Amino acid sequence: MNRRITGPFNRVEGDLEIKLDIAGGRVERAFVTAPMYRGFEQILHGKDPRDALVYAPRICGICSVSQSVAAAQALAAIQNLTPPPNGIYAQNLALAVENVADHLTHFYLFFMPDFARRVYAGEGWFDATEARFKALRGTALAAMLPARAGFLHIMGILAGKWPHSLAIQPGGMTKSVEIQEKLRILALLTDFRRFLEAELFGDTLETITAIGSMAELEKWASHHAPDRSDFSRFIEISKNLGLEKMGRCDQDRFLGYGAYRLEDGPLFAGGVFEDGRILPFSQDLVSEDGAHSWLVMDDGAKHPFEGATIPDADAKDGYSWSKAPRFDGKVAELGALARQITDGHPLIRDMVARRGANVFSRVVARLLEIARMVPQMEQWTQKLRPGAAFYEQKAMPREGEGFGLVEAARGGLGHWVRIRNDCILNYQIIAPTSWNFSPRDGSGMPGALEQALVGAKLRAGEGEPVAVQHIVRSFDPCMVCTVH
Amino acid sequence: MRENRAPGEKKNLLWLQSGGCGGCSVSLLGAENPDLPTSLQSAGIELLWHPGLSEKSGCEFLDLLARIKAGEIALDMLCLEGAVIEGPGGSGRFHVLAGTGTPMMRHIAELAALAANVVAVGSCAAFGGMSAGGDNHIEARGLGFDGRERGGFLGADFRSASGLPVISVSGCPTHPAWVLETLMHVTSGQMLAGDLDAWGRPRGTANKLVHHGCPRNEYYEFKASAGKLSDMGCLMENLGCKGTQACADCNTRAWNGSGSCINGGFPCIACTEPGFEEPGHAFVETPKFAGIPVGLPIDMPKAWFVALSSLSKAATPRRLKQNAHSDHICVLPAQKRGGDKS
Repeated sequence: MNRRITGPFNRVEGDLEIKLDIAGGRVERAFVTAPMYRGFEQILHGKDPRDALVYAPRICGICSVSQSVAAAQALAAIQNLTPPPNGIYAQNLALAVENVADHLTHFYLFFMPDFARRVYAGEGWFDATEARFKALRGTALAAMLPARAGFLHIMGILAGKWPHSLAIQPGGMTKSVEIQEKLRILALLTDFRRFLEAELFGDTLETITAIGSMAELEKWASHHAPDRSDFSRFIEISKNLGLEKMGRCDQDRFLGYGAYRLEDGPLFAGGVFEDGRILPFSQDLVSEDGAHSWLVMDDGAKHPFEGATIPDADAKDGYSWSKAPRFDGKVAELGALARQITDGHPLIRDMVARRGANVFSRVVARLLEIARMVPQMEQWTQKLRPGAAFYEQKAMPREGEGFGLVEAARGGLGHWVRIRNDCILNYQIIAPTSWNFSPRDGSGMPGALEQALVGAKLRAGEGEPVAVQHIVRSFDPCMVCTVH
Repeated sequence: MRENRAPGEKKNLLWLQSGGCGGCSVSLLGAENPDLPTSLQSAGIELLWHPGLSEKSGCEFLDLLARIKAGEIALDMLCLEGAVIEGPGGSGRFHVLAGTGTPMMRHIAELAALAANVVAVGSCAAFGGMSAGGDNHIEARGLGFDGRERGGFLGADFRSASGLPVISVSGCPTHPAWVLETLMHVTSGQMLAGDLDAWGRPRGTANKLVHHGCPRNEYYEFKASAGKLSDMGCLMENLGCKGTQACADCNTRAWNGSGSCINGGFPCIACTEPGFEEPGHAFVETPKFAGIPVGLPIDMPKAWFVALSSLSKAATPRRLKQNAHSDHICVLPAQKRGGDKS
């Protein structure tokens, strides 16, 4: 057995190191290290509660709106405040723009360039894939970057800018959308849909959304040659490399908080999925453990309302700045795949029933979500009523506690806030990648990625094990959120 | 051995990230007309490595780093995004560069000593920024400044090989065009010390105030102030807006197509200025003394501001008074009466 340290991992948000114990050409054990500490929970301590809306988005440049929405919902809970319908739709639209743009960025810029590595030069699909997806040079960039930038114009209208907007508030949105802006958003969505249907899918979004099983996906792929779209190319590569056999966690347990809060419940239902069934999710059962973190953790796992984040670079058993979040003491995987499982999308349920979460199914779930969200965004935009309120003002109580749970691109994000004497007394954040890339907990149970890497095969003579690259990036990690 | 370089050859850029959120890179990806790769190509920039964009990972990147440090690859520009993290206790252990076991701050110091130009991207890299918030227990510093104090991580006397101090493209986040125009300026070979302001910020942006081109200018002129967020009135008197004090061109250069903070309905928090992360008051509340905002427009004598404000308040048209407290236009500009066609 030998130990190998890999990192820094490129094309993930933030800094990441992984120690691999390798035996017989396979990964036997993995230890995931988040090597940077940032301290936002300390920064927030003692601040005016409203200032959380300035600080929280700056936890992350790529999940900025998600952080804002989680903070706004936590404060709204304390204020007992519900935004007017326009505010809810506009917030959801901003969140959807971010999540969809992040999925797109992940696919084109972070994930696919690994298949354009020279290690695959002998594969039949290599030349076309290299031309299309080579990092910084592939032809896909010329199509994808302008499409992404145009799509983000919606953020310019709704939130002033992205990232780091202060438009998202407990009472809704500071920006009231006028009729011509509403029509402009619809035009931008049409433009973006055209890119998705022409380049990413080679088919209508509605057709992609309606694919209801692996058999149907295979049938779809048989009618869509690999050079027809980026999705069909990905399916070809996945089959060829067996991506569906890579990166499964031992425990097929998935957690969704419920995505896009509407007046009558979330758009995508949340819950806990294990052993083929859905159980209700309760934030009461969420805890954070720091047994293997570089943190002062006196007495075991704690609910975030009771949690603290005090760094200790010399912590005896520590190997990461990330804590180990657990649900009912157990490991869970979060993300687009988890959302689509808990919501019950038939294709994703079928994929997970066959082979659990893996490199292939995680990426398919993300692309499926893009296809599902854009038509939904068109409907939400239609529901905006110019002239009616987008925002409601309400005073902040001097004391209280509340939490906000949202689904960021990478999975469920939670903020737990306590206010006393007009100031933030405690602010604890659990980011989705804290779950997925957590270190071992007090019982020695490895986190989701640590489990998923076990068994990964190394190719002869390769410097950076490419299977490890695929598995890591299939989670679309956000390390800057993790080490808030 | 340093490679022989012909004039007109591409300029090498290495981009590193440390104590920050990655938002300046995410913003940069949204560059338009032209997009990011085209802009770099136009500027003759060879991106040696960017943590979010390049293929090289792990040991492939560490090899590159070693070759740059050995002088085998010229480093024309070092861009740092995020603050330098010196904690705990000056050890830098709060950010150890993955795969190296060495604090990131040591890598930054070595590379900055080699680089022809050092560019701080974003307010964290420039001044410490958001990363230095609270009591700054992580010991975050900017490259050229520690908040408002000259010096920062590289020291007050630091000059890169080109003779320039740290070039600080501040902002939280930076606008893509601020970064790209600065890089183009550097590679053109025409950037001089006089092109930077006292904070090392390129004057193309720093010459301007956020107030220039403010879409709420008419409300400002007549002191028709918003009472709460979502109101259309001027955000300075009550809601903490620092557009008249912050150097940037946010209202003359659109964000994400047509946006700006003011257009989005919320105040400028002066994110391009050192120390913006700890304003000493709630961000969305204007601190006042005897009813007068403490932070007046930059360069403006207080007595004049008070006198002009009372005058313009007395002259505020009904239209502005009412619209200032509404979230949409409810009183239209008066029209000259048209005559019948005869």
